[in-house]
Amino acid sequence: MDVMPKWADVVLVPLISLLLAFAISALVILGIGKDPVEAVKLMVTGAFGSTYGWGYTLFYATNFIFTGLAFAVASHASLFNIGSEGQATLGGLGVALVCLALPWPHWALALPAAMIGGALFGAAWAFLPAWLQAKRGSHIVITTIMFNFIGAAVLNYMLVNVLRPEGSQDPASANFPPGTNLPTLHEILGVFGIPFSKAAPVNVSFLIALLACVLVWLLIWRTRFGFELRAFGKSESAAVYAGISPARIIIVAMLISGGLSGLMAINNVMGEAERLVLNSVEGAGFIGIAVALMGRNHPVGVALAALLFGFLYQGGAELALWMSIPRELIVVIQGLVILFTGALDNMVRMPIEKLFLAMRRSAKAGE
Amino acid sequence: MDFSTLIQILDSTLRMATPLLLACLAGLFSERSGIFDIGLEAKMLISAFFSAAVAYETGSVWLGLLAGIGSSLVFAAIHGVASITFRGNQLISGVALNFLAAGMTVLIAQNWFQQGGRTPSLMGGARFEPLTLPFADSLAAVPIFGPLYAELLSGHSILVYVALLAVPASWWVLFRTRFGLRLRAVGENPAAVDTAGVSVVALRYSAVAIAGLLCGIAGAYMSTGLGAGFVKDMTAGRGYIALAALIFAKWRPWYALSACLLFGLLQALALRTDVVARIFPFEMPVQLLDSLPYILTVVILAGFVGKAIPPRAGGTPYVKER
Repeated sequence: MDVMPKWADVVLVPLISLLLAFAISALVILGIGKDPVEAVKLMVTGAFGSTYGWGYTLFYATNFIFTGLAFAVASHASLFNIGSEGQATLGGLGVALVCLALPWPHWALALPAAMIGGALFGAAWAFLPAWLQAKRGSHIVITTIMFNFIGAAVLNYMLVNVLRPEGSQDPASANFPPGTNLPTLHEILGVFGIPFSKAAPVNVSFLIALLACVLVWLLIWRTRFGFELRAFGKSESAAVYAGISPARIIIVAMLISGGLSGLMAINNVMGEAERLVLNSVEGAGFIGIAVALMGRNHPVGVALAALLFGFLYQGGAELALWMSIPRELIVVIQGLVILFTGALDNMVRMPIEKLFLAMRRSAKAGE
Repeated sequence: MDFSTLIQILDSTLRMATPLLLACLAGLFSERSGIFDIGLEAKMLISAFFSAAVAYETGSVWLGLLAGIGSSLVFAAIHGVASITFRGNQLISGVALNFLAAGMTVLIAQNWFQQGGRTPSLMGGARFEPLTLPFADSLAAVPIFGPLYAELLSGHSILVYVALLAVPASWWVLFRTRFGLRLRAVGENPAAVDTAGVSVVALRYSAVAIAGLLCGIAGAYMSTGLGAGFVKDMTAGRGYIALAALIFAKWRPWYALSACLLFGLLQALALRTDVVARIFPFEMPVQLLDSLPYILTVVILAGFVGKAIPPRAGGTPYVKER
């Protein structure tokens, strides 16, 4: 029996949790002696007040859509994929190898190849934890955490010893050939005569991220595999009884999840940096967890939550620039959002459920 | 490799292993009671900051230690409220706390000291000084044993010895006291403990609090013993290595000591690339050395070398029947 109407579950509870997180963030800003109202104003104008701000907000959001979808897909199978960070790191390596392999004549050819490279590397990095969970019962949370660290070491090794151009001290790959440079939103919208900031890094990957949302929605709610995935996530024993193979679900779900994480690299590596650097993921893998939690594992929710975190990231950067509040404030807000929307979900949910129960009872009494 | 280099490496191993060991025992108590804790890192980090900050302001390292433990306990309490009282997802709570600690420490450090997210360097009484064990000087001349005692065992800060003593203490508490028996039981079958009339909630809260205490000491050691002040992200994933060590140790105190010493040795070797180059006939990439703890843990988890079986009720909130 559902105690609450669906809108309360999907909108009201996350909204209240979010407000609580923001209220405490405001206290934190007060605590370090700054004005929260001014900070919020600055964040909003910084993130949405210009096409330049929008360009950065959407750029960050693109990363978070990919990692959020990755976490959501695994979540539907009751798998906690905390390894997006590592999978996206390896995805970056895949994208870089593809981009540097050939003198690509045009981005339209380079992009599909890079997508395959990134997704394959990301999926490959998720395969072993998935296989160990499916066949050996090794806890996927711990193995994916370990793979994050191993992935960072692999990237470090590759950059320092293999991909670094001769004579360079910087642990980074060579710049990608010009044929791999993705069109930015400035160029895309320019075709239609719409002006958009030239400096912002948002690029065609954003559209691919939106497409990925649609595809994930189709996969989870409109395919046979999606049904099996959700059935397995709800009850493993029931799924086994229905003839669903747990090993297959675990491995395929994690491959898709890792592939989505790896795809993120077309945005940050190929779209923005145009070369591979150390720590290019910058925690986006972990933010994917928050995004999926807030978005209730639904692609529409994920896209909206990604936009919210894109706003926090861009707004936070503006705070660092103009109010000398360290960028780490975003990390604090992020932590609070995860804490309230994820871990303390019941704290908000229980009183609201009680409220709805009381309302229903009084409605009945009034009849 | 000569004897004195060996002593140096082992000495450094002991120092590197100390925070790992404390955090690993913290995880041991928490997970044995059925509460996953991937927020070990967060508690160490917040304690590292507050102990350094308070030690700097007051000039007393002991007050710093207290402040560190206090802040770590606050984080442990949040984890407890989220995962015990509100039956939230323990992993998510841990992730959230890790973010919170990483952000808060820098934010407050910048606000208090304006040095780019670090505390000023600690000096004198604001740091834990090395202790000289009795007779260390007079025994130093004895061959083999002398250097082992005087240079390897003696001359560490008091927290190193606290960490070493915490191993038998943890073993004794967990396996020789009534509290320990109940704590282990609540991690395996909380319903049975509840039926026996023992409070599951109280047991789990106390386990989480012990974890907070131990992580607090670990963090204080990082910034006032091992280092001389707090720097941004100074725990650098040690909480996760401790988690790995915990699995390596199969949730047992004495095994935890050996696992942490092994991982400490790997960290000590990663700092001495000259020695590594001499030991291995081939070129050993330092990245491989860095990631060896994680690789070993995956191998252990895969169950090819002995099987690591976690406490059965780990990660699931306990719902009392009505």
